[in-house]
Amino acid sequence: MTKLNVWISKHQNKITALIAIFIALSLVSSFLLKLEMVATIFMIVASILGAIPVALHAISALQNKVISIELLVTIAVIGAFIIGEYEESAVVTFLFLFGNYLEQKTLEKTRSSVKSLTKMAPTTAELVNDNGQTETVDVDDLDEGDHVLVKPGGQIPVDGKIISGTGYMNEASITGESTPVKKDVGDKVFAGSLTDNGTITVETTSVGEDTTFGKIIELVEEAQDSQSPAARFIDKFATYYTPAVLIIGILVWIFTRNFPLAITVLVLGCPGALVIGAPVSNVAGIGNGAKNGILMKGGNAVNSFSKVDTLVLDKTGTLTTGKMSVTDIDNFGTDKDEMLGLLSAVEKTSDHPLGQAIVKYISNLGIKKTPELPEFDTIKGQGLVGQTDQFRILVGNERLMKENNVKISGEQRESINKRMNDGDSVVLMAINKELRLVAGVNDQLRPDAREGLQALKDAGLKRVVMLTGDNRLAAQRVAERLPVDEVHAELLPEDKVEFVKKFQERGSIVAFVGDGINDSPSLATADIGIGMGTGTDVAIETSDIILVKSSFDALAHAYVLAKKTVANTKENIVIAVGTVALLLLGLIVGVIHMGSGMFVHELSILVVIFNAMRLIKNKSQKLDTDQVLKTAN
Amino acid sequence: MAKVILQLGELTCPSCMTKIQKAVENQDGVSNVKVLFNAGKVRADFDESKTSADKLAEVITDLGYEVLKVKVREMA
Repeated sequence: MTKLNVWISKHQNKITALIAIFIALSLVSSFLLKLEMVATIFMIVASILGAIPVALHAISALQNKVISIELLVTIAVIGAFIIGEYEESAVVTFLFLFGNYLEQKTLEKTRSSVKSLTKMAPTTAELVNDNGQTETVDVDDLDEGDHVLVKPGGQIPVDGKIISGTGYMNEASITGESTPVKKDVGDKVFAGSLTDNGTITVETTSVGEDTTFGKIIELVEEAQDSQSPAARFIDKFATYYTPAVLIIGILVWIFTRNFPLAITVLVLGCPGALVIGAPVSNVAGIGNGAKNGILMKGGNAVNSFSKVDTLVLDKTGTLTTGKMSVTDIDNFGTDKDEMLGLLSAVEKTSDHPLGQAIVKYISNLGIKKTPELPEFDTIKGQGLVGQTDQFRILVGNERLMKENNVKISGEQRESINKRMNDGDSVVLMAINKELRLVAGVNDQLRPDAREGLQALKDAGLKRVVMLTGDNRLAAQRVAERLPVDEVHAELLPEDKVEFVKKFQERGSIVAFVGDGINDSPSLATADIGIGMGTGTDVAIETSDIILVKSSFDALAHAYVLAKKTVANTKENIVIAVGTVALLLLGLIVGVIHMGSGMFVHELSILVVIFNAMRLIKNKSQKLDTDQVLKTAN
Repeated sequence: MAKVILQLGELTCPSCMTKIQKAVENQDGVSNVKVLFNAGKVRADFDESKTSADKLAEVITDLGYEVLKVKVREMA
């Protein structure tokens, strides 16, 4: 039984072809050769051939207490056979099996986008053994701590750290950035990225599903199956629907005593398009996203995102590139170099982008000597405090100065205002309560921010809100150049969450876009959290939608895609329900029979799949997956 | 405990999914069964003293589905 089962599923397509041949032979015998007897025998053979695989599926489902579509078809076919309708039984099984075949082929297409992503996952690695020799092994056999060798142009098989060699890595599959990044000994490298040049040895930290790339794939695979509320409803409905059709068929038989009518009901009641319609839209939509570097966590995320009317954005690192540069530093102290040294010492303790820009700027000026800082502290939303044996150093915004009673002179005020008018973020340094340095740091706006936001508004977004911890003027300067409706500046991370909540209380559906580093509370609170441009685990976990590439073009594409996917799902549900209604009407009027009913059913399944396929083609600029694939092979 | 990932051939009917899910769940010592319909994968945790990955693959094969690849990972 088991072996037969496996053999039949393997050769189901050949069996289907064979049935087609027998049906054709039968028609030829009947119409051309007028051999009715022979024609009937061919139809009987075709029926039996077709009924076996369908019945086997039905039985194995029954053994697991599932009433399947195959059961309905099996009963109907056996019924038709008993009353001598061999032609009907042969045609019904053929259409059912052939429909399955077409369904399989077309479904493969809707799944192809994700398949192309999984294909990019590394499969083998060059393991360096104790003797320094390498051998090729399956990535699954690697363990944490193993050393692997990666040659120029090769794919990095694991997440890990470089222990020897340097090279340029193309990390497009993780960060969306296709410009190669230079990596040295001690730097982290990611599975799935490619070395542009340079041979490196990597110490493994994680393998397979545990790597960042593995997690991305897992996320997309699960997202495809996690359905929207509408699809889940249909799914639930379908589990009761199939048994219900069986009961209705039996009732029809009992009350009308019309056996052919009863078995026709079984065929017409098959929930084919209904079951496949909604999920297939989801798969195609999510697949399209994945191909374009947009990871949507399932039907729920797609559904909520399509309804979003308010988009809340963080400024730094989201609307702007986060790559900051110092415009100038005004000195009000005695020895500028000494002051800069102190500033650099304090900023070195911070990983804030502003601080990093300042450290880099000062180091480029040739000031390498910085004093030791025995004590330092961070004051959230204000800045940093450092203490040396002589000085108490305050570095931060105006609020920090005000709270610590640092006086700002007229000349200093002028310098601050000038920086702010230029749209700079201002960093102040005070030594022992006297203001000494005014630094202006500029952050570049993402080149596609304006167009992307406009595209979002054109697609139906009502309001764009920008939130920032930065000063009001700098925020205003950025907002002026963008289609932003509201700006709120000088906020702490917890203030941002409050804004998101306030919009939600007003009845808006809110999407929050952030980098996931310090705004994860807002990402989690919003109806839809969108993580931008960070392949970090935190962003992957807290966001509902992850944009692999930090681009507003991708954000706009995601929004349009979500709307299209939801519309497509609705269309498919209408097509499916409409088909069943039309078939029932046809049955009552008397124009639909078993064979034609099955034909219409299979046709409706193909219609919903083709409808969903339209979502695959809907693309904007393509992520470099194809390019990466080409280089990988 | 160990984790198993079975890669199957293309799955087409959502009812196959329920079937596989139930069959694998009914095995002794198996928990957290997840059938990924679109990826054609089955994920499950199992107790090695009660069953094996090959046994689970056999259960799925018995239902009439091809098992292409079996991956097992020890859980810490």
